[in-house]
This record gives sequence, C-alpha cells and structure tokens, in this order.
Amino acid sequence: MNDSELVRILSSIVLQSTPLAIAVCGETITERAGVVNLSLDGTMLLSAMVGFVAGLLSKSVWVGFLAAAGVGALFAFIIAFGSIRLRKDQFAVGFVLTLLGDELSAFLGQNYTRIPGQKVSHLGIPLLKDIPILGPMFFDHDLVVYFTFILVGVTWWWMFRTQHGLRLRSAGERPEAGFVRGINVNRLRYIYTLVGGSLVGIAGAAYSLDIKLGWSEGHTRGLGWIALAIVIFGGWSPIRGAFGALLFGASKALAAALQRRFPEESVVVFNATPWVLMIAVLLLVGSDATDRLIALVPRRFQSRLRQLLRVRPPGALGTLFIPGEAGGE
Amino acid sequence: MKVALRDIRKYFGQVKANDGISLVLESGQIYGLLGENGAGKSTLMKILSGYHQPDSGQIELDDKDVKFSSPAEALANGVGMIYQDPLDVPSMRAVENYLLGRDLRINLAYSAATSEMIENASQLGFKIDPQAFIDTLSIGERQQLELLRLLALGAEVLILDEPTTGISAEQKEGLFASIRKLAKESGKTVILVSHKLSEVQELCDHVLVLCKGKFVGEVDIPCSTERLVQMMFKEIPPRSSRVSYLREKNLLELSQVEFEGERLAVTGINLTVRAGEVFGLAGLEGSGQKLLLQACAGLIQPKRGKIILDGEDVTRFSYHQMRAASVAYLPAGRLEEGLVAGLSLIEHVALARPQKGFVVDWNYFERITQSQIDKYQIVGRPETLVHELSGGNQQRALFALLRSPLKLLLLEHPTRGLDVLSAQWIWQLLLNRVEEGSSILYYSADLDELVERSDRIAAFSGGVMSRIVTATETTADELGHLIGGEE
Amino acid sequence: MSLGRIARYLWPAVPVLIALVITGLLLVVFGVSPQAGFGAMLRGAFGDQSRVLSVTAFWVPLALASVGLVVSFTAGLWNIGVEGQIVIGAIAASWLALKFNFSGPLQIIFELLAAMIAGAIWAGVTAFLKTRGKVHEIFGGLALNNLAIIFTNYLISGPWQPPEGGTFRGTVPFPTKALLPLYGDSRLSPISVVMVIAAVVIVFLLLRGSYWGLKLKALGKNPSSAFLLGVSSERETILALMFCGALAGLGGAVRVTSWFDSLRQSISGGIGYLALLVVMLSAFRVLLIPFIAYFFSAVLNGSITLQLRTQLHSSLGGILTGVLVLMVLLFGELRQLKRFSEGRVSSRPDE
Repeated sequence: MNDSELVRILSSIVLQSTPLAIAVCGETITERAGVVNLSLDGTMLLSAMVGFVAGLLSKSVWVGFLAAAGVGALFAFIIAFGSIRLRKDQFAVGFVLTLLGDELSAFLGQNYTRIPGQKVSHLGIPLLKDIPILGPMFFDHDLVVYFTFILVGVTWWWMFRTQHGLRLRSAGERPEAGFVRGINVNRLRYIYTLVGGSLVGIAGAAYSLDIKLGWSEGHTRGLGWIALAIVIFGGWSPIRGAFGALLFGASKALAAALQRRFPEESVVVFNATPWVLMIAVLLLVGSDATDRLIALVPRRFQSRLRQLLRVRPPGALGTLFIPGEAGGE
Repeated sequence: MKVALRDIRKYFGQVKANDGISLVLESGQIYGLLGENGAGKSTLMKILSGYHQPDSGQIELDDKDVKFSSPAEALANGVGMIYQDPLDVPSMRAVENYLLGRDLRINLAYSAATSEMIENASQLGFKIDPQAFIDTLSIGERQQLELLRLLALGAEVLILDEPTTGISAEQKEGLFASIRKLAKESGKTVILVSHKLSEVQELCDHVLVLCKGKFVGEVDIPCSTERLVQMMFKEIPPRSSRVSYLREKNLLELSQVEFEGERLAVTGINLTVRAGEVFGLAGLEGSGQKLLLQACAGLIQPKRGKIILDGEDVTRFSYHQMRAASVAYLPAGRLEEGLVAGLSLIEHVALARPQKGFVVDWNYFERITQSQIDKYQIVGRPETLVHELSGGNQQRALFALLRSPLKLLLLEHPTRGLDVLSAQWIWQLLLNRVEEGSSILYYSADLDELVERSDRIAAFSGGVMSRIVTATETTADELGHLIGGEE
Repeated sequence: MSLGRIARYLWPAVPVLIALVITGLLLVVFGVSPQAGFGAMLRGAFGDQSRVLSVTAFWVPLALASVGLVVSFTAGLWNIGVEGQIVIGAIAASWLALKFNFSGPLQIIFELLAAMIAGAIWAGVTAFLKTRGKVHEIFGGLALNNLAIIFTNYLISGPWQPPEGGTFRGTVPFPTKALLPLYGDSRLSPISVVMVIAAVVIVFLLLRGSYWGLKLKALGKNPSSAFLLGVSSERETILALMFCGALAGLGGAVRVTSWFDSLRQSISGGIGYLALLVVMLSAFRVLLIPFIAYFFSAVLNGSITLQLRTQLHSSLGGILTGVLVLMVLLFGELRQLKRFSEGRVSSRPDE
C-alpha cells in the first residue's frame, strides 16, 4: 500500500462518514432538547427514497434534499406532538414510525428501484485541496461534505457558546430551571425536534443522492440505529458525535479492506462489524472502563480528561414537562 | 417595594390551599412566613412568584395591580424566588446559569458576566467560582448563585423557601448577613419561608402565620416561641420527654471502614451502635452520612474495614442479604425509592413480606393489608394505588411495610416535609421499634430533631466523621460547628 | 343514547378507519381501486380453507413472540431483540434437525427445547449487556438481531449449504420426523396452536397470581423502589428477557419445522418487530394478544396475495398495521405506555 492509496482510503472514509455525521448531529440536537427521536432508521429510509425520487423528477438534487428534510421534519413532528401535546410514550411512537418509514419507503419507492438518478456534483475547493494529505482528505469532495463540516461546527457553537444553546440545553437538562427563567420549554422542544428531524432527513438523502447513489428496498436499513448509538458514544456532543461517525466509517473501511484480502471467509466479518462495534462502544461508555482508563493517567490531568470523556445523558431526556406542575417543591 | 396580597384563593380539587389570604409587606423589612405543613405557605409564595396563578384575588406591587403568568414575568416586575432545591441546571457552569434566560444576543457575554458576577458576589461576601459546574457546588453555594442572579435581574422582593435546609452554620451566618444587608441597605422586601422558629426569631422583623389556608396573624419580633407555636397550631404540642431504651449489647460495629461514593471518599469510620440505641448523623448533603447508611445497608461495598452486625461479619453482604439479616433501609424519596407508583397497597405488602411458595395468596394479603391500614391509620383501602395517597400517608405506608422484628433501621430524613404532629407520630412509631429492641441509625438536616431524638450523634464533614457526642450534653449550636468541620 | 356515549363506543373504530383510508388512498395513487385491493387482501386471507390455514400457521410464531413480549414489557423492558431470538431459535432447531437423529417424537421435542434454550440464551446476552454493561436493551437487542441474521446467512451459504451448492436460499429440507406433524397439506401444525393457547394461559396466570409476576410489575414501574423492596432487578431482568426469548425461540422452531421445512435466508422476516406492534396495540393485556396477532397475520397474508394479483408491493399490509398502531398510540387511551414520559412528574399541590 503506497501513500496515495492511503490518502484515497482516508478521503473515502471522510466522504462515507458524512451522512452518518449529519444524522448524529440532528439527533444530538433533538436529544439535547430532551426528546428522543427513536425513528431514525425509518426516517432515513423514507427520506432517502423521497429525496431520490424528488431529485429524479425535478432533475435537481436540491429539491431532493428539501423533500427529504420535509419527510424528516414530518416524522419529528409526529413524535414531538405525540409526546408534548398528547403525552404519549415517545419510545413507542418512535419505534412504530421506524417500521412505518421502512414499509412506506418500500411501497412508495417500488417503481424507482435500481435506476440512475441525480448526483451531487464534485466540487474541490481551490488551493485548499492541494494541501498534501489533508487537502484530498477534506477539501476535494462535494457540497454535502462541506455542509457537514460547517453543520458540526455551527451546531457545537450554537449549543455551547450562545444564549440559544443555553436555553436548548436547559430544556433537556432541567426544564423547570428554564421555565422559571422565562423559557418556553415545550416550544423549544418542538423547534429542535423538527430541526433535528430535518437533518436526519437530509442525511437520508445524502445517501441516495450522493454517497450511496440510487434507491433500492432497505437502502440505508440499520444506519439509523447506528446513528442513535453514536449519539450516546458521542456523549451528546456534535463534535464527538462526528468523530464517532468517522471512527465508524474507518472501521468499515478496514473491514472492507480485509474483505478484499480474504474474500471467502470475511463476508461475515464485514457484515457483522457495525453491530459488534455498536455493542463494543456502548459497553465502553456504559461500563466503568473509561473511569479505569482515566485512573491510569497522571492525577492532575484526570479531572480535565473526565470532563472531556464524560458521557452523561441530558437530565430530562425522554421525560415530559408540564409548566407550573413539575419541580419547585 | 411594597407588596399587597388581596383575598388570594387557590384550590387544588377539594383542597383549599389558600382560602382568602390578605397581607401587606413593606420594603426594607424581613418577614418570616410560618405555618405547619399544608398551611399554604408554599402555594402562596408560588403565586406571588408567578409559578401558580391564583383562582381569585389580586397582587399589588407599590399599589399597582399586577398579574403574573410565569415566574419570569414576576421577576420582570421585581419578585424573585429562591427554591429550596435551587432551580438551576446541574451540568452547566455557574456563569452559564447566571446567564441562562437573559437577552438573546447571539454571542454570550461570558467575560462581562464573569466579572459582573464576581463583583456582585464580593459585595455580599460570597465566593463562587464562575467556571465551576453546578453539580460540584453545595446547596448553599447554589442558593448564593441564585440570589446573585435574581438581584442582577432587578429583584426587589426576595422569597427564600426553607433556605437553611442542608447548609452549614457558617453558610447560614453568611446568608443571613447578606439578607440583612439587602433589606436594610438596599431596601429589599424579604420573605423567609420556614418552619424553624429559631431562625425566624433570629433573622426576621415580623412574622406572618398561616393556618389551614388562612392568614392567622402578624407579630413583631422579638416574640416568644410559645406564642408563635400557639398561633401555628392553636394548641401547643406536648414536648416529648425522651425515653432511652439503650441496652448493653453492641448491635453494629464498624471498624476502620472505608468506602467511596461518586465524588467523595470516606475513611476511617469507627462506630458502635448499641441495641436499642437511636444514633443520629448530622452533616451537609453529600458529606458522607448517606454513604454510611448505604454501606450499612449493603448498597455500597466498603473498600476496607469490617462491619459486624450482631456478632456476624456482614462486610461483604449485598443489600438483599442485609435485608434477610433484619436490616431495613428507608430512603428519603418516598415515591422515587420507597414505593412503586402504580402498584396498590396490597401489592406492596405482598412484595415486602418474605415470599412463601410461588403463588400469591391475595385473600391472605388483603386481610394483612387491612390490619396494617388500621394499625398505621392510613387513609386508603388495600386496593388504593400508592401514588394516590397523600405524602403523610405514603410515609405511614412505608413504615407499615417494615418487617418485624428488625435489628437495625436505617433512615434518611425520617420526618422531612412533615408537620410537627405528623413528625411526633412517626417518632412514636420509631420509639416503639426501639422498645422492641431495634436500633436506629439515621440522618437528618434538622439539628433540633437530632438533639431531641437521638441517644448519641456524630457529624460528617467532607467525608470525615467527627467525634461522637451524647445528645443530652450537646446543643444544635455545637452540632452546627461540628458540621463545619470544627472540633 | 347520548351523542357522547355513541362517540365513546365508536372511538376505537376511528384508528381502523384512518388506517383503511390511508392505505386506500395509496391503492388509488398506484392505480388500483380500493375495492379491488381490499377485496384481494380479504380473499387472500380468508378466501378458502387453505388460506385460513395459512393465516393460522403464520399466526402461531407471531402470537408466541407477542405473548413473550408481554412478560418483558411488564418488567419495563423494550425487547427489540425478539426478532433475533426467533432467528436463533430457528437455527437451533435446524441444527438438531440436520445434524442429529433421535428416535421417534424425541427428535421434534428436542428441536423445540433446543430452540427455546437458544432463544433464552440469546435474550440472556441482551439482558447481561444491560445489567452488567449498561447497554440499553434496544441497542443490545438490535445488534444481536442483525448478528443472528448474519449468522443464518453464513450457515446457509457455508457449512449448511446444500450439496448442489450456491443457492444462498436455504438448507436441504429436513426429514419428515424432524418436522411438526402438519394438518393435511397445509403449513399449519395443530400442535403449534396448542402451544399458543398454553403460552397465553401460563403468562396470564403468572402475571396475575405469582410472586414473579408481581416482582416484574414492580420492576417495570419503578426499578429503584422495587430493588429496595427486595426485588433483585438484575435477576428479574434476566429472567423476564429469557422467558420472552424462550417463547420467541419456540416461534422460530415452528417457522422451520412447519411453515418451512428448512432454514431459510429470512427465516423470521420481521415477525419479531410485528410482535412488538401487536403488544403495543394490546396495551399488554395478554388475553387480547391471540386476536390482534390473528388480525395482523390476516393483513400480512392478504397483502402477499395482493402483490401476486396486482404487482403492488406487499409492504402495504405493513403500512396498514403501522398506521393503525400509530393512531391507537397517539389517540387511543393506552395509559400503560406512559411510564417513560410520566416517570418524574408529580401532579400534586405543594408539600
């Protein structure tokens, strides 16, 4: 393996990870506001299908992305409405939507399988793309990839450096505290669930219009669940989440490389990788393994490291907030 | 700011929490709001602070009619409240909490807010690191932060709900000093909601007394305790003379025990509890006393040392083994950790009793439950779901579920949130247990309760246990110093 | 009868109507008249005796898995892993059918037992990941589902590949004595219907009258209180999931020994996920499970006929059931499902 091959692989890892990073970012926003959108897998399937077909019919990828975002927002709205307004279990509604999205994508997309469609065109960034190694890795892609970079950065800044972000996090951490400070918690939850859902929709279309072109039944099946797991692995931070998506992409690339070496035996390994990985990373963040790792480093770095690696779900994740009733006792 | 409440009414279903209350509060004065549980103090203050809306009645600020639809609106009009458990966001930094909910300019003015916060804090004699995360601060510090925030947002009327629960004697002194300063120098109107008569007498200029949703009267301080109690209860509850059932035998022995919580390590615990003893633990929230109870209950495993229960080494026992060895643990949160919302009393009784066979004999348990209901005077039927019971009845239900006989009873805040008469009743139950030979190891934030009810007391401070004092030879003051880590 | 009363009686029909209207609209959009479409589905489900038998045969594993899920849901557990538990049960039964030879009825009995044990173990892994590794059962179960399916594909395309090779569709047919005795030339085994009835009765009695049922109920409603009341959350979590896994595994065995006669690529094909929908619709009342599961089975079988007749994708059946469950969840009164959202809210006045 020579250098240029390595750079090509790294570049493809970045490219392949982008839709997942978008989805993770969207769900991170949703969960930071206190709502769990469990329907990611179904949302992504349906939006991949709708995005592809809309792009095909309008001959514009952007219409495709817009339509996909609409699908994501619709599903997110059902979850937000069901939990906030109707006070129903968001896990149950999310799960049903997962299955429904899957079935709907199969039914509605039945006449559009395995045909060529629109593709986001390549757009290398002048100058930046000529930087050795980093250039081809990050700046010789298309707008979807650059959008992802910006999205992750902006989301982090919004969450941790603006008043909006404080409010967003208070809605998910301790809604009563937001309430007494004059924040309309449930309206924020609606907004951010819809924003997060739209991003998940865009992630679906990023597959069918760019990274995994076209549509076939079950086109992105399983990836929504992976994204949900990465949100946890990422400790509800957009940057760590994007890093998790990248890590996932890298291990898939590694498995693919292995498969080329040993084509016979390794198809099982290749298919099983994502799921074994999912259990492994959740075990890593769930058990006290990180604590034990932290204990190995010098004491003065420990607290900073713990802050960095801390994985704690938003305090009010998945719970209901009724103004004036909860808390304050 | 002058506050007038006119004929405030607020009903929750059948319960008349506030039944036509009228009050006038002058600026620059500190008021104590007294009343037993259910008298309507909290409801009234939540109405004044915009958390609840009254069913009828008016609020006037400086002779102007106002209506609040939210706490934020009340604060915009100058009324701010500090809740007993401060309403802040644990995973955020102090300065972020300070800024949360303020103007929506896109860039957060961190540095400006930080210096503003430090300056305001130093004026009141507070020391809070703006960069510290809330979940590393004590309750006292979180109250200070809330106070700073309310003042920064222009609060003229300050309501403090039970502010001294869980803070040290030193922090209390500091808080009271700053409150005096705010009232006397800045002309703030301060309302202290409390049921600790000594604190009200120490800090307040006037006392307002509520009873059963109605305003009973106002008196100026100084005023005798007897008078206040009489106003609150209409009758003076008999002060119980403490009977000791101490026996010779050692029931629980801890030697050189060490254990660790999430953020606290406790070391070198040497403690002996005798049969029939009531042993009290004092300390700020999170100083190690809860961990000690949990270690004795088998909920956390000691890292070192030995725990002997009635001659048997139980150091490595799990919670369920401890339970089988006649140890009971009653946590503070009734519906969170004690009872199962959605299950009936009868189902609780069946769960709590030792299992016989595989099939539940519902008829048998119905009889048992009914007899327990009668014995513990629980207002409910065997089929009643526990979350439909009132708080006091839930507490009774918890006691009704305890097995008998018990060797050791571990309690957290046994009477928190209960009025004097209910608390009296709970302690009578506990004393009956002690008379039967059980020992009690408990902690409470109420120092008077500790002094009055215990045989011996130890205080915790930052994971270190103080010397053990005999209750009859100590005072709440001395405990306050021990809590602060002084010897 | 007052209008309100009538509305209350008709209310449960509304979700069904909405589901029918939506699927009907989809039919129209795709150029099939709803009459013809629903007619085809109805005939496909109940048109003649063989179709009814087919619906019943499909119903058995669905009902078994659903009954199992009532137990795990009672303990507050989201056993999404039920799909994989069905698959692994099918694999275990196939293993005995292909590689062992016991005399007479022992063969099939051992197959069923092996399937139950395998399903229970597979569920036990999810449970263990949850109790020891703090991996939520949704993620653990989901990963194990996919691993079970990948394992199936590996077996059929590798070690258990039929001699003629390369088909990637299934193993060789099992010998007759390794199959459940079938009714006529249908795919239904009367014995399997007995299994469903037995499972329903057992679970009903367990939840109503046993200490175990009571413990699961407490655990499902408030794990920390239940623990302090003496319920071992780890033990009961593992047992509840394993119980469900055993029933699901049994369902998997029924799939390979009566619906099919061999291990196939998509041996469950989503029955586990469907079972989750069944249980949600039943609001955890086990006595309702057989009927709801039968309705689902009829819809799915009908939609396969629809696909044969009109070339429309059979996922229409899934859309119908999905919309139905969604509507009932949102607008029906399923109080039991509120646990997640209401856990921390108190509706009491002060103190």
